[in-house]
Amino acid sequence: MSQDSTNAIDVRQAVKRYGDFTALKTISLSIHDNEFFTLLGPSGCGKTTLLRMIGGFEDVTEGEIFLYGQEIESLPPNKRPVNTVFQNYALFPHMNVLDNVSFGLEMLGKSKPEARQRAGEILELVQLSDFAARKPAQLSGGQQQRVALARALAPQPKVLLLDEPLSALDLKLRKAMQLELKHLQRETGITFIFVTHDQDEALTMSDRIAVMSAGELQQLGDARDIYEKPANRFVADFIGETNLIDVTIKSQDGQRALCEFPNGLTLTCDARAGLEDGQTGHMSIRPERMKLHAAQVNPENFTGRVVENVYAGTHVQSILHLKDDMKLTVRTQNSDLGNSMVFEPGTEVFVDVERGAARLMAH
Amino acid sequence: MATRKFDVRSYPGFLAITVLCLTILYVPLMVVAVYSFNASASIVVWEGFSLRWYGDVFVGPESTKFKVAARNSFVIAIIAASVSTTIATLAATAMIRGGTFRYRTLSFGLISLPLMVPEIVTAVATLIFFNSIGFERGILTILLAHIAFCIPFAYLPIAARMQGIEDTYEQAARDLHATKRQAFTKILLPLMMPGIISGFLLAFIISLDDFIITNFVKGAGVETLPTAIFGAVKQGIKPNIMAISTMLLAFSIVMVTISYFVSKSGENNKP
Repeated sequence: MSQDSTNAIDVRQAVKRYGDFTALKTISLSIHDNEFFTLLGPSGCGKTTLLRMIGGFEDVTEGEIFLYGQEIESLPPNKRPVNTVFQNYALFPHMNVLDNVSFGLEMLGKSKPEARQRAGEILELVQLSDFAARKPAQLSGGQQQRVALARALAPQPKVLLLDEPLSALDLKLRKAMQLELKHLQRETGITFIFVTHDQDEALTMSDRIAVMSAGELQQLGDARDIYEKPANRFVADFIGETNLIDVTIKSQDGQRALCEFPNGLTLTCDARAGLEDGQTGHMSIRPERMKLHAAQVNPENFTGRVVENVYAGTHVQSILHLKDDMKLTVRTQNSDLGNSMVFEPGTEVFVDVERGAARLMAH
Repeated sequence: MATRKFDVRSYPGFLAITVLCLTILYVPLMVVAVYSFNASASIVVWEGFSLRWYGDVFVGPESTKFKVAARNSFVIAIIAASVSTTIATLAATAMIRGGTFRYRTLSFGLISLPLMVPEIVTAVATLIFFNSIGFERGILTILLAHIAFCIPFAYLPIAARMQGIEDTYEQAARDLHATKRQAFTKILLPLMMPGIISGFLLAFIISLDDFIITNFVKGAGVETLPTAIFGAVKQGIKPNIMAISTMLLAFSIVMVTISYFVSKSGENNKP
């Protein structure tokens, strides 16, 4: 099989089994050069396993992994031009910050002064020059995180692997680090492969995202694709908040499909290949892509009754009951215009779904 | 100050039992330590403070015997502790970093079982073993026996320390281009060092004061400090024995204290 040597990583039909348990079921994906790539999924989906296979800490049961066209399965971790930021950082507790950062360079055969000089430069990049002589235990969580990052970047890897590196930080620090990581990736031009279960994190930072579940790749795309055009029910549900409705296809004209809800209401949306008339599928409608009105504005509007309004700062979340108590969540932006579209509980309202907002999925 | 309802100190008899235990444990030691400074040759009548018996240990009539025995003891203890600590370190690495292998539990049992076997049984068995293979008794038999029974003592603190070291440190080292050997010598070994030093000191003390096994496997005329003391006591307890015992006690306390502070300093190296 010919390899595209311009791809940072090519995973070809990779399978990982532990005895009878299959952690990864035949995954193939390509990660581009100089890309911020995220493996996103719930715990146990196989994302960390895949990362560890690239790092060399798990062997590949079947299939191949290529790094810039070179097959790497036969290389031990120390021979791979890949470095990792570990989830718990794994900073060497008996060494100070500078020695931690210069460790990889020394192991690559650089002289001690050269390694230290380079380590000093990297520490400057992550703004930790003043802490070079400290032991890891004397640093805050955020500082330890940056040392781990500096240590992994120092040997100038071709690909940097990040295993949920922000999960131990508090929310504010995490937000700041997300941006810092993104900037660092652009500045260094190194391909980043980032593993997380946090969809916000994935959407904020990534050039492309691979959504995984149960050892399988569910969808690969940029943040907008994944959020607005989920490939299946799992992705729609996992990324952000949505209303998922089981629907039956009543009729379609190639472009648009008329879908029927379990309670008999109907809605037209873009048709999907693979769904014939009479078949069932899933529909996802994001809560922020609907508006509430006192009067009908479109023939396809449903009527419903407001049950509850939850104030959430940037928006108001309204829970509605449609026909047969079918639940629907609608999100209204907190603004002068938006506030006129929030109705008291008990009010009968018309629900207007934006054209293109309803996403039909076969699985 | 409000006392907690279930504070152990509020149990009846707490003070009495504590005092009794401490008395039984430490009064005999104190008596020996105090009477080692007695000016008199009596071991029961106090006649004033003197360092006479300490002098007697070093220059008295029995001093040559004690010096040879002490040198034997220290040489054996240093070598036995070094060798058993090395073996125990390798064993701990295999047991804790070896993943789950067949007979892992059995291996752990085999390593720690000697701690449970009555020492007299080990002593007899070791003697029979040396006899049956025709190994002439002498300082070498003592050394081999000490290496063998010191291994589990050295193993326990090393294994305990290693259990607390996550394997991500070695993975990080490998990830940062260290070979397996470099990951071991530059990362794992320094992190294990407090456990290794504790294990070494424990093995050293255990070897230094072993009597039963040593007495069985030593050749005629070869003495270690404990067997020499025992030999001297058979002719009646003299205060010079108390002086030697007190010096051994002081030495042990120093070693245990070092061991304590070493393992304590190791905790600071944990993230």
